Amino acid sequence: MDIQVRVWRQSGPSDKGRMVGYDVKDISPDASFLEMLDVLNEKLILDGDDPVAFDHDCREGICGMCGMMINGVAHGPERATTTCQLHMRHFKDGDVIDVEPWRAAAFPVVKDLVVDRGAFDSIIQAGGYITAPTGAAPDAHATAVPKKDADAAFEAATCIGCGACVAACPNGSSMLFTAAKVAHLGLMPQGQPERDTRVLGMLQAQDDAGFGGCTNAGECTTVCPKGIPLTLIGRLNSDYRNAVRKR
Amino acid sequence: MSDLWNDGDPIADAAAPDGPIETRWQRRKFGAKLVNPANRRKLTVIVVGTGLAGGSAAATLAEAGYHVKSYCYQDSPRRAHSIAAQGGINAAKNYRNDGDSIYRLFYDTVKGGDFRARESNVYRLAEVSVNIIDQCVAQGVPFAREYGGLLDNRSFGGTQVSRTFYARGQTGQQLLLGAYQAMERQIGLGNIEMNARHEMLELIVVDGKARGIVVRDLVTGEITTELADAVVLASGGYGNVFFLSTNAKGCNVTASWRAHRKGALFANPCYTQIHPTCIPESGTHQSKLTLMSESLRNDGRVWVPSRAGDHRAPGDIGEDERDYYLERIYPSFGNLVPRDIASRAAKNVCDEGRGVGPGGLGVYLDFADAIGRLGRPAVEAKYGNLFEMYQRITGEDPYLVPMRIYPAVHYTMGGLWVDYDLQSTISGLFVVGEANFSDHGANRLGASALMQGLADGYFVLPTTISNYLAAGPFEKVRDDHPAVVDARSSVRKRLERFLEIDGDRTVDSFHRELGHIMWECCGMERSEEGLIKAIGLIRGLRDEFWQRVKVPGAGEQLNQNLEKAGRVADFFELAELMCIDALHRAESAGGHFRAESQTPDGEALRHDDRFGYVAAWEYADPDGKPTLHKEQLDFEYVHPSTRSYK
Repeated sequence: MDIQVRVWRQSGPSDKGRMVGYDVKDISPDASFLEMLDVLNEKLILDGDDPVAFDHDCREGICGMCGMMINGVAHGPERATTTCQLHMRHFKDGDVIDVEPWRAAAFPVVKDLVVDRGAFDSIIQAGGYITAPTGAAPDAHATAVPKKDADAAFEAATCIGCGACVAACPNGSSMLFTAAKVAHLGLMPQGQPERDTRVLGMLQAQDDAGFGGCTNAGECTTVCPKGIPLTLIGRLNSDYRNAVRKR
Repeated sequence: MSDLWNDGDPIADAAAPDGPIETRWQRRKFGAKLVNPANRRKLTVIVVGTGLAGGSAAATLAEAGYHVKSYCYQDSPRRAHSIAAQGGINAAKNYRNDGDSIYRLFYDTVKGGDFRARESNVYRLAEVSVNIIDQCVAQGVPFAREYGGLLDNRSFGGTQVSRTFYARGQTGQQLLLGAYQAMERQIGLGNIEMNARHEMLELIVVDGKARGIVVRDLVTGEITTELADAVVLASGGYGNVFFLSTNAKGCNVTASWRAHRKGALFANPCYTQIHPTCIPESGTHQSKLTLMSESLRNDGRVWVPSRAGDHRAPGDIGEDERDYYLERIYPSFGNLVPRDIASRAAKNVCDEGRGVGPGGLGVYLDFADAIGRLGRPAVEAKYGNLFEMYQRITGEDPYLVPMRIYPAVHYTMGGLWVDYDLQSTISGLFVVGEANFSDHGANRLGASALMQGLADGYFVLPTTISNYLAAGPFEKVRDDHPAVVDARSSVRKRLERFLEIDGDRTVDSFHRELGHIMWECCGMERSEEGLIKAIGLIRGLRDEFWQRVKVPGAGEQLNQNLEKAGRVADFFELAELMCIDALHRAESAGGHFRAESQTPDGEALRHDDRFGYVAAWEYADPDGKPTLHKEQLDFEYVHPSTRSYK
């Protein structure tokens, strides 16, 4: 199939940036979206142009490195799918596809489609862990965890930190990301001692990093490749209220 | 001695303790010198890579009080490729009361590795496996649990006990996030200096000791030197030398190869694991292959049409026209034979013209029986995410049509040679995880890579590196020391050269061609003729690369093609060494079938008398002859026998 992509080109943080159109011909419907960009880049290099910079690594939907706005939707038209797992069979011959980077105040553009998501790491630093230095652990069966809680913790822990939630949010909020980690650790008995400090620290860190507030728009969960539910934000708010009350 | 390599002195001492194997690690730990807690913060340790081994090592060293500097090429330490491991992690907990023990895990791992691993190391791995699970649970890793709240286990590829702990099909992700979170805590406390989007491009060796690295900031292109008292490489495996593999696109050999060039021996480079259950290639655009967890083989049945050239849809092929070849050839293990056996059997049936799907490079993995027996909801609960992944990639619904699978390169057992302390042949250079030649011998069993990465990082390295650092702090190295200046300028020159060539072929086009040569000649089946041919082809292609490669852009910016060019240049040198190693090892061991070494019924034939050693290679310039040093392997406990799964 033949398509046209209109790609955001920005040489660096100080460049204003612009959309540039490219024809990509003879693409297999079985190619992934990133493989389509690979084909485009091979052509650009041989033509003496600058290839499009984009982040990617595992290309199997788990590392969270890839991500772009495709026709205005984070990770493109398929639900619960990262950009690397989106295939060209979901587009039609002759389509014109707009490709842009995540746009959020806390995720500055580095180059083209590459953004800096270091702010996510700073949220985790502020409490997204259980303090358990190596060597200090009791036997794994010392504490039983109800299966229901373990399963719910796992579901929350499947967040891949790609940032689609932030990119989709009209406020550029990271609440779904933070909520997923707060839920994962808060559902485990091992996570209880730090439950209050965790939620206070992480919410402060996301404010400090320049993420916006949550107004329950729900765009985040719609684009989340792992389907992290909006209810976790309610849980986060409840944990926050409890922590503030006890402060 | 041969035209292609020199024979060197054997490796006399791997620093493994002797005496009863059950107490070797205890005795080594007690014998290790300790560093006074007050002195630890004066010692700096560099850790390259943030996967299971590097992440756990960095966190643990920082918790102990060392100053840690950590580097990864990704934009966050959480993205290292350990995250993609699906199936699980082994531990000899015997929670199932099914006869498991540390000794049995040790025994299975030595045997599974086809008697090409060091017994002392493997025993230690089995011993600390139980601590890993405790550690991860304490960190909040949400392992699968039973209704009573205790941890669930499953049996996994090639073992007859249930010792594999798992978190649905995302065990690697959950374990890595545990290590990452421990790391982030230490970053927040100021004990780890994290440098994401930085790539190590050279090792700095001063007076015979590893004292630092040269790194490139992948955003600005700035080249800097980073100095330390010791360097830990946790930079993963080199499966991407095949271009198509299940590795992440960025996985590379550069950190290891730079250390090899500076004197670290590279062991068993030809030992690569070919995983039997991957999604087959779909066309020339293919950029990587995706693994389907082999846990699928617990319920899926592998088959091909009995007749060659049968292109009917699978549903149209009757039971009597199907060949469930694993069940037929290996009745006692059936579909659960180890990875190497399953991979080669798939290749054999495809070579006979009985492969399915585009190009005939695929076999069916069929869940119809399991769905009939257990019901769709049960199959969905067990494998739902894997089925979804398959459908997303292929556009086919595996609940209705059997999956198509084919072997792909997945893991590399070879790597930098290390002694019992995980120290390479360069003092102060430690290597952990997949980057070292590891404890898996010639074949890795399922669910043991996660175990090894975390064993090295959480428990082994922090003890053994202390023994080395106790001799420090070492004399401070100045930034203008000749060894530092040389390392920095060689990196600059090399980058400039890539940019100056300005040829007419892309880096990827060379990489793809190199990978094809390796897959054909140094993949599942190797022959003397094929390997000699491959060496010639690799040398020719390498020369062409240095004349015709085109790397656009400049060095002082984010330049993803410049990054790739450096990695592919090192893959060329590695590829040649892999072929030489494969050529010299004229036996079939693990998944490496050597055409000239087979039993009358076509099974792999090992030669313990001639090849019962680790082949550790000393670097030679391209076109030169690398030198082979042998570490003889002694099997005091698990005596070599022929593996039989029939």
